[in-house]
Amino acid sequence: MTRKLPPVDAVIVGLGWTGSILAEALTRAGLNVVAIERGPWRDTSTDFPTTYAQDELRYRIRHELFLRPAQETMTFRNKTSETALPIRHWGSFMPPNGVGGGGVHWNAETWRFLPSDFRLKTHLTERYGNSILPPDMTIQDWGITFDELEPYYDRFEYLCGTSGKAGNLKGAKQANGNPWEGPRSRDYPNPPQRQPYGPTLFAEAAKEMGYSPFPQPSGNLSQAYTNPLGVTLGPCTYCGFCEWFGCGNYSKASPQTTILPVLLRRTNFEARTLCEVLRIDLDGSGKRARGVTYADSSGEMFEQPAELVLLCAFQLFNVHLLLLSGIGKPYDPNTGEGIIGKNYSYQVTSSVDAYFDQKNFNPFVASGSIGMCIDEFNGDNFDHSKLGFVGGGYMGAVQTNGRPLETVRVPKGTPQWGAAWKQAAAKYYLSSYQAVTHGSCYSYRDAYCDLDPIYTDSFGRKLMRITFDFHQNELKMSEYLTDRLAEIVQKMGPHHIDKKPRTGPYTITDYQTTHTCGGAIMGTDPTTSALNRYLQSWDVSNLFVMGATAFPQNAGYNPTGTVGALAFWSADTIVNRYLKDPGPLVRS
Amino acid sequence: MQRSALVCILLLFLLLFGIGRARPDSDRQDYQQIANGRYLATLGDCTGCHTEPGGKPYAGGLALATPFGKILAPNITPDRETGIGAWSDDDFVNALLNGTGHGGERLYPAMPYPFYTKMSRNEALAIRAYLNTVEPVQHEVHSNQLPFPFNIRAGLLAWDWLFFTPGRFEPAAGQSAEWNRGAYLVQGPGHCGACHTKKNFLGGDETSRALQGGVLQGWFAPNLTGDPRVGLGGWSVDDIVTYLKTGHNRITAATGPMSEVVVDSTSHALDADLRAIAVYLKSLPEREEAPKSVADSHPSMRAGNAIFADQCAACHAPTGEGIANMFPALKGSSAIQSADPTNLIRIVLQGARSVATDAAPTAPAMPAFDWKLSDAEIAAVVTYIRNNWGNTADPVSESDVRRQRSALAEEEP
Repeated sequence: MTRKLPPVDAVIVGLGWTGSILAEALTRAGLNVVAIERGPWRDTSTDFPTTYAQDELRYRIRHELFLRPAQETMTFRNKTSETALPIRHWGSFMPPNGVGGGGVHWNAETWRFLPSDFRLKTHLTERYGNSILPPDMTIQDWGITFDELEPYYDRFEYLCGTSGKAGNLKGAKQANGNPWEGPRSRDYPNPPQRQPYGPTLFAEAAKEMGYSPFPQPSGNLSQAYTNPLGVTLGPCTYCGFCEWFGCGNYSKASPQTTILPVLLRRTNFEARTLCEVLRIDLDGSGKRARGVTYADSSGEMFEQPAELVLLCAFQLFNVHLLLLSGIGKPYDPNTGEGIIGKNYSYQVTSSVDAYFDQKNFNPFVASGSIGMCIDEFNGDNFDHSKLGFVGGGYMGAVQTNGRPLETVRVPKGTPQWGAAWKQAAAKYYLSSYQAVTHGSCYSYRDAYCDLDPIYTDSFGRKLMRITFDFHQNELKMSEYLTDRLAEIVQKMGPHHIDKKPRTGPYTITDYQTTHTCGGAIMGTDPTTSALNRYLQSWDVSNLFVMGATAFPQNAGYNPTGTVGALAFWSADTIVNRYLKDPGPLVRS
Repeated sequence: MQRSALVCILLLFLLLFGIGRARPDSDRQDYQQIANGRYLATLGDCTGCHTEPGGKPYAGGLALATPFGKILAPNITPDRETGIGAWSDDDFVNALLNGTGHGGERLYPAMPYPFYTKMSRNEALAIRAYLNTVEPVQHEVHSNQLPFPFNIRAGLLAWDWLFFTPGRFEPAAGQSAEWNRGAYLVQGPGHCGACHTKKNFLGGDETSRALQGGVLQGWFAPNLTGDPRVGLGGWSVDDIVTYLKTGHNRITAATGPMSEVVVDSTSHALDADLRAIAVYLKSLPEREEAPKSVADSHPSMRAGNAIFADQCAACHAPTGEGIANMFPALKGSSAIQSADPTNLIRIVLQGARSVATDAAPTAPAMPAFDWKLSDAEIAAVVTYIRNNWGNTADPVSESDVRRQRSALAEEEP
């Protein structure tokens, strides 16, 4: 039996970055807000204290902070001709779990997308004509411009205390910053983190080759900082346990270290943890959400009515809930019609491993986002007319970690075990270096999400099915980017390098990044997008969907900066426009 | 003529016996009196004892653990049966200022009447007027849970005779108005000495060591005098104000019982009053002589150095300077160099969460080390931080840590 609870003004599904940002904005506006979170409550000193936060076995290998596939998973296949199978052990990406969500375990690389990224299709066809795009590529414009989003990027960076160096202040180029970035209204709230030897050497090599290296913007703080909400973060200690880990030093921006302390003091906010939202309930018209139905850890079912439903779960689960709730038309790759599940995309990463004789990089002096990068080969910053692909990415020397289990590099050809492996591992722990590219992933007609016809979860709901593979455009891009990167790395003076461009087919078992995108994309036309430019559902006007779910395709950057900016943009619109006159914010 | 004389007599009669009695001294019509009373009740932190966590305001029931046994704070809502609704104003004034209960019995000095006595009758009446406005709650509390012989209140007559000096606060000539305001707040409603002054074996204040620190409820309430090493000598007036207002400052963070005081009382006080408190405290003369610093060659110092680098330096910084408003400084800290290391050992064992206030909502916490460090290791690292960066304090022994570890195990959760 489902128990019906007293109604609230807004119910939030998932208490990670976007859920916390919206909860803060809406409770400040006076709304009663309930956040429903599938995972447990998590706090710094009790759940990832410095006393054991750096337990690589527990967190990296055994996935302590992540969702257990037994609780919820999805099926995967590369091609529509295959039968998808359930993921029983996370590999390619790591679905977060618990309060703070991905904000707890990210590396805190906090980027803005390029202005051209937001009008990608228009930009590329204007510059190169229609023929440059492969026929099955389904990229779209976002329906929002960089300039519109800029104040909200700024809000997110000042919330996080992002450490970086401006490259473009109101149109004026700044030395030592990223010259390719869109014009920003002011500099980062904190100076860049200090660079270790590897990134320093990379920057020297890049500069020599005529590139403009700049420090990667980092959500790991270069100094103590109090954000506009009054919450204080400590300085990063360069321990190198960021991605996969919670930060025990209060120095990585996360909902815990930037928002939750304030939210918890508000009497009009409530969080219910270990509660799984099963569906969004619609009224008879199908145009209005009544609230959500969820189950607690005892299996008790509750209906939580709400005036406003905010879907703030991880990208994959937002899409899953939309499909399960019958909101919007499911995408059909055969006809290209329908919208929910369309334009699922990812990220195309690659690396160059370099081995040196007389260098000591001290890889354990690390932070999830210290590094020196160049942006010459991102987006459309370089001429694609003769390259046979579109897209690009940043590249650089980013010293995320020197963790002993994970980060042991040996040159290609070294035996994978035994005395020779041990010898090489010991020899190169300090004297090898990995530089990376972080490339875009555009969207295609045959890359999408739908409900699996065979497999169900413990509640009897159909699992979501991912159909995804890399396309030639992305693989060519990765090869090109990796070659450019290798040229710079070669200048650093290694005796041996291994180029590792991304190759197909996409594999679900090897960790690459957790940057899954799309599935309920934003846009200007309800026939080609699920959400309008304010992240409001075209079909159900009191439903807003946050996160990378809304990306029509992914750019050559880590997505969280844009996810945060979109959440602030949407929150502002809800508070300043929607609440005064509930209903569709854009007429379809 | 005759009639007007009659009216006069009647008026006189009314004035003498009627009106004067009909209008009580604590007046629920008087906004100003109620507002004053609320502020005094905040300064006096009445709620700290008289409100149970999660309970109705002032309905009592919070157990105070004293060295003699348990005392429950009574219900002071205006409920007539179980609260103080049936008390006369005089009853209330007597209880607050003289420690005499409703039926003439002596109150246990867990009720800080030896401090409240510094307040005036009008101030006591203002508090009464405010308490008359809170929701009456029917909640029977049996205050006296003490074992024999402490449950015999007659013994308190002797206690009062020994330790209780009734009487209003008298401003000191030659001191500024601000200093006198501070002295009044500290000695009177703020009742700082209730925790921060050492108690003798009968629970009376050791007045010769006023505000030099005292142990209660497993915590050491630190030295508040102007002593530069173990007191507030190294704190500026602004440091003290910021600490009391927000629970945090550039040096340290409030935790343990003091966090309740900050949340319920000092964070709501006027800045001018906090400044007055600071000015007064900083004027109190230093008394404690520094012990000899433990030599760097001492085995505890060597082990402590290594443990500090591994376990502590990431937050408190290798320089021991901490991070302002975030991680307390160890270098030069009076809390670290305190003669009594209770808090240090306790916090290392158990961890501690600093207090959250509107002005400083972060409430960073230190994790527990009880599962990770042995008694000897904790003794070494605590000795090290007490004697490094120019700090000077007596070493802490393994048995000090062991004792506290077992005391914490016995403490009620």
